[in-house]
Amino acid sequence: MLQLALVVVVLSVLIFGWLRLLPGGPVSALLGDRGTAESRAELTDALGLNDPIFVQYFAFLGRAITGDFGTSTGVSPGKPAMELFLERFPATIELSIAAILIALIGAIPLGYLAARRRGGWLDNAGVVGSMIGISIPIFFLAFLLKYILSIKLGWLPTGGRQSADIEATRVTGFFVLDGLLTREWDAAWDALEHLLLPALALASIPFAVIFRITRASVLDVMDEDYVRTARSKGLTRRIIRDRHILRNAMLPVVTTVGLQTGALLSGAVLTETVFSWQGVGQALAIGFERKDYPVLQVVIIAAAMAYVLVNLLVDLSYAVIDPRIRTAQKVS
Amino acid sequence: MLQLRVARTRRTALIGLAAALAVSLTACAESERDTGGGQEGGTLVFGATGAPSNFDPFYASDGETFRVTRQMFENLVGIKPGTAELEPELATKWESSPDGKTWTFTLREGVNFHDGTPFNADAVCKNFERMYGQTGAGATAALSYYWIENFGGFSDGANPSLYQGCTAENPTTVKLELTRFTATFPTMLSQDSFAMQSPKAMDEFQANNVKAQGDSFVFSEYARSHPTGTGPFKFTSYDEANGTIELARNDQYWGDKAKLNKLIFRVIEDETARKQALEAGDIDGYDFPAPADWDSLKAGGYNLQIRDPFNILYLGITQKNNPALKDLKVRQALAYAIDRESLVKSVMPENSEVATQFYPSSVDGYADDVQKYSYDPDRAKQLLREAGHPNLTVELWWPSQVTRPYMPNPQAIFGAIKEDLEGAGITVKPISKPWAGGYLDQVEVADAQLFLLGWTGDYNSPENFIGTFFGTTENQFWTSGSPWGQQLATAIEDADSTVDAAEREAKYQQINRDLMSKYIPAIPLSHSPPAIVVSPEVQGLVPSPLTKEEFAAVSVSSPE
Repeated sequence: MLQLALVVVVLSVLIFGWLRLLPGGPVSALLGDRGTAESRAELTDALGLNDPIFVQYFAFLGRAITGDFGTSTGVSPGKPAMELFLERFPATIELSIAAILIALIGAIPLGYLAARRRGGWLDNAGVVGSMIGISIPIFFLAFLLKYILSIKLGWLPTGGRQSADIEATRVTGFFVLDGLLTREWDAAWDALEHLLLPALALASIPFAVIFRITRASVLDVMDEDYVRTARSKGLTRRIIRDRHILRNAMLPVVTTVGLQTGALLSGAVLTETVFSWQGVGQALAIGFERKDYPVLQVVIIAAAMAYVLVNLLVDLSYAVIDPRIRTAQKVS
Repeated sequence: MLQLRVARTRRTALIGLAAALAVSLTACAESERDTGGGQEGGTLVFGATGAPSNFDPFYASDGETFRVTRQMFENLVGIKPGTAELEPELATKWESSPDGKTWTFTLREGVNFHDGTPFNADAVCKNFERMYGQTGAGATAALSYYWIENFGGFSDGANPSLYQGCTAENPTTVKLELTRFTATFPTMLSQDSFAMQSPKAMDEFQANNVKAQGDSFVFSEYARSHPTGTGPFKFTSYDEANGTIELARNDQYWGDKAKLNKLIFRVIEDETARKQALEAGDIDGYDFPAPADWDSLKAGGYNLQIRDPFNILYLGITQKNNPALKDLKVRQALAYAIDRESLVKSVMPENSEVATQFYPSSVDGYADDVQKYSYDPDRAKQLLREAGHPNLTVELWWPSQVTRPYMPNPQAIFGAIKEDLEGAGITVKPISKPWAGGYLDQVEVADAQLFLLGWTGDYNSPENFIGTFFGTTENQFWTSGSPWGQQLATAIEDADSTVDAAEREAKYQQINRDLMSKYIPAIPLSHSPPAIVVSPEVQGLVPSPLTKEEFAAVSVSSPE
């Protein structure tokens, strides 16, 4: 918790100062080529951008303590930045969960199989494929998927979270879940169709990384003495796999999953932009273009918090997987 | 074994818990869908390039907001579709007193706002009093841009205002009084910001409740979700989570009712994503396709309509930082050095035109006989020698991270101009900055020397172009650097306050001639048309030179 608070404070200072030191600003973004010298000066003044940075920072901090993180100037002008973040966060979470599920469900079994049949066709294809998955730029993959699956074949929509003309009731902000909860099956299906392509694109890197780690880790573990012992004891393949190989091989995989989940946001910036996904990543991209200070501050700080929290969860999950850590905790 | 069983029991309990949770959530999550409702008119989904700032046009100044509000609101005077000419809208006719300061509008009868309240003279006056009465954040240019540009000050009297008063003579006659004559009135009233809004709805949802909070603005309940006008469409909802704005046909509309049942704007920020969404059939059209895509869209069978250009791209000259630029001969040399014909042919989109003066020919006061500068690098070199600057060095500023209808490809335009200037022996120091990342900041406060910028006209008025550019002397051009700067500003003001139309026209023509021969405060380069594209199923879209399309007459035939 202390760690989290420290991250937030240090980051808020850095972000605040850095944004304001960049050339340009919200005044140009708002007034564009219609701004005159007077109207620009007036707006700069109205936005309090003439004050020294530290005065602005403490004013921001003072408001932030009361729960007011400023209002958006560019992404959705006039909307409180925190409200905007909370409204868009489910979109990014929905996308990230879908991507990480695709990666987990696909990559772990594949990685295990590749390791068990080392040198086989599956292994070779997997190793090459994952190399491509890691190295292909995510926006290029996104375009490619979109071009083939939605434009040429017309199977899936090109972007957005739901068709514009579908009447959907909003409950949680997770569109697929909302459709299920309200039994608007067509809305849920439609949301799922919209989710698939961006999730696939976003899953490409975690999929490839998790595949490689699983494979390497399983290969390591298979050579361990305890596996040989288990085998010589005559335990069934299934028990060896579940209790001895997978369980031990999972530790590095879980670490990787944690890191990859945290890193999803950077991928989400590109994926959400390409697929017009109204999430936090898109807000970040538009926010930078339009110099939306309040939104950028909230999104970047919240993203950092999410990163810290995910890694905390990963630490906790070690204890579930590895009994030694549990015992060590109990002893101490 | 025991341990295993415990684990299994725990797992079962978890599943049970999850199921219970899901059931209880379902119980409180009722579908709010209304069943039924005809679909006879069809739905059009149009790709917007950005989210609207709010739905109260008075507080807006951006095209994406106006594109939506234009469908819901109407003004006293309207624009004839496909032109920049005035036509009656909520006022059927208007006339002015001989001094041009008192205007009497006869209002259309039988018009109601979407909330059922009548539109009448009283409502008109309430609208004007509301606009004039802005205070605090509402009275800043960030919110009341168009009022300040056109009317000047507010009721607090801090700045002089064009507006004097409004009288409802009877329900269908309204008298507007101005403090002075201006040729821009009543044309200026056709701008989206001056739409007539329901006084009742504005009261009920506290339309004036805008605040500057921290480093931004907070809009009213009215502006966020209760815009109430008289137009052919009315507001249904803004689904921010999905980036869609939905309007429905106003079945009580006084004129020809909209053909569409529903009109949906879907925000797609990315240019390529918009094109792909059209190609995949997710949307029925979008605005400002990139000129590079025009051919492929046409080849794909889409209905790409190129508007008449109503803008200007110029090479700005700041007469502040480089003393050589204060010399008329140097500025003339620049004009001769640039090959505008080839710029328009090779860099600008189809149907672009070379600009001979600071506004397109459809605007009043355009002069055919201005001095023209055809491409002549030798003449440019000679003029530079005569001016005593044979080895002129200038900074040439151009913006990155932006495209504007008048400037679809800043880098290519910059490249062509740089080459031309170098061809005339001028040393060019290129300076590039991001549009909102320093470029506008510095150009507007006259930090540049030569720079690329332009303007899209709001309505048919010379004042809207040259008045904006040269009506003040200490802006991007810094004409106060030359003795004639103030003289030019005064001449423009004088023309605008000339009541007699023919006399005024002559004055503007003379100003345009002087601009191109005696002053050359900047070099007009081109007028380039923005396009709009719709799928072949969409009928009845009339492109507007002012980029003010109305969707009431548009219909969509279902491809299924």
